[in-house]
Amino acid sequence: MLNVHRDICGYCGCCVSVCPEGSLELIDAYLCVEKSCTSCGICAKVCPLGALEVVNEKTL
Amino acid sequence: MKKHYDLLVIGGGPAGAVAARTAAKKGLSVCLVEKRPAIGVPVRCAEGIGQEALAEFIEPDERWISAEMTGAAIVAPDGTVMKLESGFAGNKVGYILDRKIFDRELVWQAAEAGSDVSVKTRAAAPIMEDGVVKGARLEYCGTVSDVTADVVVAADGVESKFARWCGIDTTVPVSEIMSSAQYVLTGIDIDPHATVFYLGNEIAPEGYLWVFPKGERSANVGVGISGKKSGSGHRAKDYLDKFVHRTFPKGKPIEFIVGGVSVCRPLGCTVADGLIIAGDAARVVDPLTGGGIYNAMFTGRLAADVAADCIAKGNCQKKALSAYDAGWRSSKIGKSIERNYHIKEYLIKLSDEKLNAIIRSASKLNLTEFSTFTLIKELMKVNPKLVLELGALAVSLR
Repeated sequence: MLNVHRDICGYCGCCVSVCPEGSLELIDAYLCVEKSCTSCGICAKVCPLGALEVVNEKTL
Repeated sequence: MKKHYDLLVIGGGPAGAVAARTAAKKGLSVCLVEKRPAIGVPVRCAEGIGQEALAEFIEPDERWISAEMTGAAIVAPDGTVMKLESGFAGNKVGYILDRKIFDRELVWQAAEAGSDVSVKTRAAAPIMEDGVVKGARLEYCGTVSDVTADVVVAADGVESKFARWCGIDTTVPVSEIMSSAQYVLTGIDIDPHATVFYLGNEIAPEGYLWVFPKGERSANVGVGISGKKSGSGHRAKDYLDKFVHRTFPKGKPIEFIVGGVSVCRPLGCTVADGLIIAGDAARVVDPLTGGGIYNAMFTGRLAADVAADCIAKGNCQKKALSAYDAGWRSSKIGKSIERNYHIKEYLIKLSDEKLNAIIRSASKLNLTEFSTFTLIKELMKVNPKLVLELGALAVSLR
């Protein structure tokens, strides 16, 4: 699953533009992740700050 | 807010504001909604725009102009500097804006022209009937209302959602998003009237780093790198911090922002039944420079012009609205986006050695017209080999 580090996120929307599933939405300063997220990790790669992380659910 | 408007504009940046201003001046009933609680913030921009480009839309005003530019410089990976000067020495060629105030001014002008404006108002879903966009469901401080419109303009920026909800794929390819970070630094030694661009794979892979003056001793210092080159330990912020530490160790940041800039081709189609997509949401940023303000205002104005025509004729179907899509594509911005896309594709493949050689070829260039187009043409004159490498593209540049 996708973990948003809200203390790092700069709520810029860079991730929203590359999400192939359209699963991210920036609502003012809050990044929302919808259930359709496939944890592909594209957003985590492009984030200018490193605020997004794909984590293995089993290890949670 | 009324229940129905001729035009509903989603997004209060330059595209949305100019669309609303243009439509309201034509006598249309218009509503502009902005999801953020304030117009103009947070800034997601390096704030540069050409002098003539700006003047086409608004009279320059010192209240929202941070600095006037008379030249530029390009710095090669090895530190070689190429100065770019206007053919007319000392001529003003561009501005660094204060977008916080500039964006407010544009929306204020839209409001003055008669447009309704609503902030902290999010378009949460389109209202669709038989595949036709009829308006939007709006959320404001916990209240939900349906607002219908003859035409909706989606000007919701790089993080756009509205067009996607209407069934249009707006995904930017990973390699074509510029992952970006910027400080407003103060207390630094700069030329306050020249923009500086730093190139190189160590500085900004497949992108560039910029120093855009905001005053005598302050500047927007930022970097954009290709999304495909971004990752843990080598993100836009890492590249920026490395540069700032080395170049402006005494600079003090008074603002830190991040963002994404699309440098892909524009959307394949920027209209649908009842819908026009404008500005960054349509992916009409200049793929070479990453500049988007002018193209946003251009498409915003055209969106309003075409919407007004179609509303007057009582037909806002995709086919009628496609005058907008065809209009900007055949305009100077459409042609420039296409040409600059190819130039960008060529430039990002160059090694640092090659970039050094090109920049070393001229320590100073006088440009009759201060544009990337003229710059590339001048570079071809001093680097005849470039003509061969650019092939068909070089022919189109002549």
